Amino acid sequence: MATAANDVSTKYEAVIGLEVHVQLLTKTKIFCGCPNHFGSEPNSNVCPVCLGMPGALPVLNQQAVEFAVKASQALNLVVNETSIFARKNYFYPDLPKGYQISQFDKPLAERGWIEVTTAEGALKRIGITRLHMEEDAGKSMHEGFADSDAKTYVDLNRTGTPLAEIVSEPEISTPDEAWQYLTKLREIMLYTEVSDCNMEEGSLRCDANVSLRPRGQKALGTKVEVKNLNSFRFVKQALEYEIERQAEALGEGGTIQQETRLYNPGEGRTYTMRTKERAHDYRYFPEPDLLPLIVTAERQAAIRATLPELPEAKRARLIAEYGLSAGDAATLTATRERADLFETEAKLAKSPKRLANIVLSELQGRLKAAEIELEDSPVTLAGARLAADLVEEGKISSKILKELFDHAFEQKLDFPAIYEKEKPQQITDSAEIEKMIDEVIAASPKQVEQYKAGKTTMIGFFVGQIMKASKGKANPAVVNEILVKKLSE
Amino acid sequence: MKVTEKDVAYVADLANLELTPGESGRMAADLNSILDHMDKLNQLDTAGVEPMAEAVSAFSASAAGDRFAYAQRADEVHPGLDRAAALANAPDTDGICFRVPKVIER
Repeated sequence: MATAANDVSTKYEAVIGLEVHVQLLTKTKIFCGCPNHFGSEPNSNVCPVCLGMPGALPVLNQQAVEFAVKASQALNLVVNETSIFARKNYFYPDLPKGYQISQFDKPLAERGWIEVTTAEGALKRIGITRLHMEEDAGKSMHEGFADSDAKTYVDLNRTGTPLAEIVSEPEISTPDEAWQYLTKLREIMLYTEVSDCNMEEGSLRCDANVSLRPRGQKALGTKVEVKNLNSFRFVKQALEYEIERQAEALGEGGTIQQETRLYNPGEGRTYTMRTKERAHDYRYFPEPDLLPLIVTAERQAAIRATLPELPEAKRARLIAEYGLSAGDAATLTATRERADLFETEAKLAKSPKRLANIVLSELQGRLKAAEIELEDSPVTLAGARLAADLVEEGKISSKILKELFDHAFEQKLDFPAIYEKEKPQQITDSAEIEKMIDEVIAASPKQVEQYKAGKTTMIGFFVGQIMKASKGKANPAVVNEILVKKLSE
Repeated sequence: MKVTEKDVAYVADLANLELTPGESGRMAADLNSILDHMDKLNQLDTAGVEPMAEAVSAFSASAAGDRFAYAQRADEVHPGLDRAAALANAPDTDGICFRVPKVIER
């Protein structure tokens, strides 16, 4: 398979475009005051507007507009002052009006980008063609009822949920770039709090278009659309499979059929869903029940002012301000909540770098082993900050730190509580420490000689020996002070 | 003849309509007579005629102030219909969901 993949990438170049639908986190639907809520009893969040009853008129939700503008700005898109809603004619019972209100030739926003890193390590901007607003359809249930062979059951709670559809340029070249694009897009939607991006509940959905062309050729090959991509991992796997499949067909002199394929995650392959592509003629026309959507420059500026610091900027700043590595910064900014928690404590910590180290090693390691999230951790970030400060001040050794963390996780107590309870009976009595130091010095004449000859790094050896002798209880600061004095006598 | 029977068949297919040959011929004739009428109107010189009052120009981006504001609503929940009322007009339900003939993707 690995060699096959190499053959593919030398002969062919993949061209991938992604269409992402994001449900906006409003309280109500896009054109009516019904609750926008997942998991309610079927057909309990409905009204004449979303049921498509004759004479019912849509009124646009202001909050949905603000979220869509905010998302556009965070994705570097240019927001149009005027955009137009359009009817997309569509005959399925999940949209009882017989059309979907969407935007067509004048979308809300155009020409943005997301940056990814190529396999060669270079930064690459993936263009975003457009972001437009539209309403979601209801849910059709084809299976699971006694008469499912003849009937489809329809729940219209989801009908009218506000969506932002985000369409990329066909500028993605590998499954990994697609994965990065989606990961960054989701991160930005979560940071700006316009969507919860919950893929199990369908708050973020993705379709992929993929075609191959011989390297060096300008014209695009025939594209295939892949659906049923319920996780970013599946997007990557489905694209990998599709690139292999198309390369094989082309390699044998065959052609690619323009079609829609479904990904089957259990088997890791795609299947033909429909080949007969009807002309994509949805007979779009301007929605006569809605005025053009105006978002003036002033309103755009007001919305832009509410944008939080975005993930990329936050990472760059954490690296610069706290001396974190790129990897550490990425872990600490995985969610906005986590990043904010870290920063609150980092500002108070004696050494933000030490706090980061303790969070990433002691805390994350134990959370991973116990399979719990930071949000449910017995040791909070404030607790970790106390731990970091104690180490920084030399009040506890790193050995004691590890023990206290173990106790905290065993007893499900935060660090300050466990420190009070299990506080090591630290030896700070200088007479007692001096005695231990004398013993160690007496037992290591060779090392003393080396130290006096200028090998000052030997100090670590002595501290280690004393800590061992005191079972980690000697106050490191006091040890250091007396040790240096003794050794220079 | 601007609209042929082939055009009629195409549009009817998009609109999920099944027309008999007789209906199809009549549709073509009707559509052509509508377009002919438009042609007749187009012969008028309307260069000096003010457009009729309409909403779009009043709400263009250049229109001052917050005149667009009332075209939108606050994000507040309003009571909708009880499920029983929502389902009342449906030809078929199980009391919970709308029930329709099996949906087949075309």
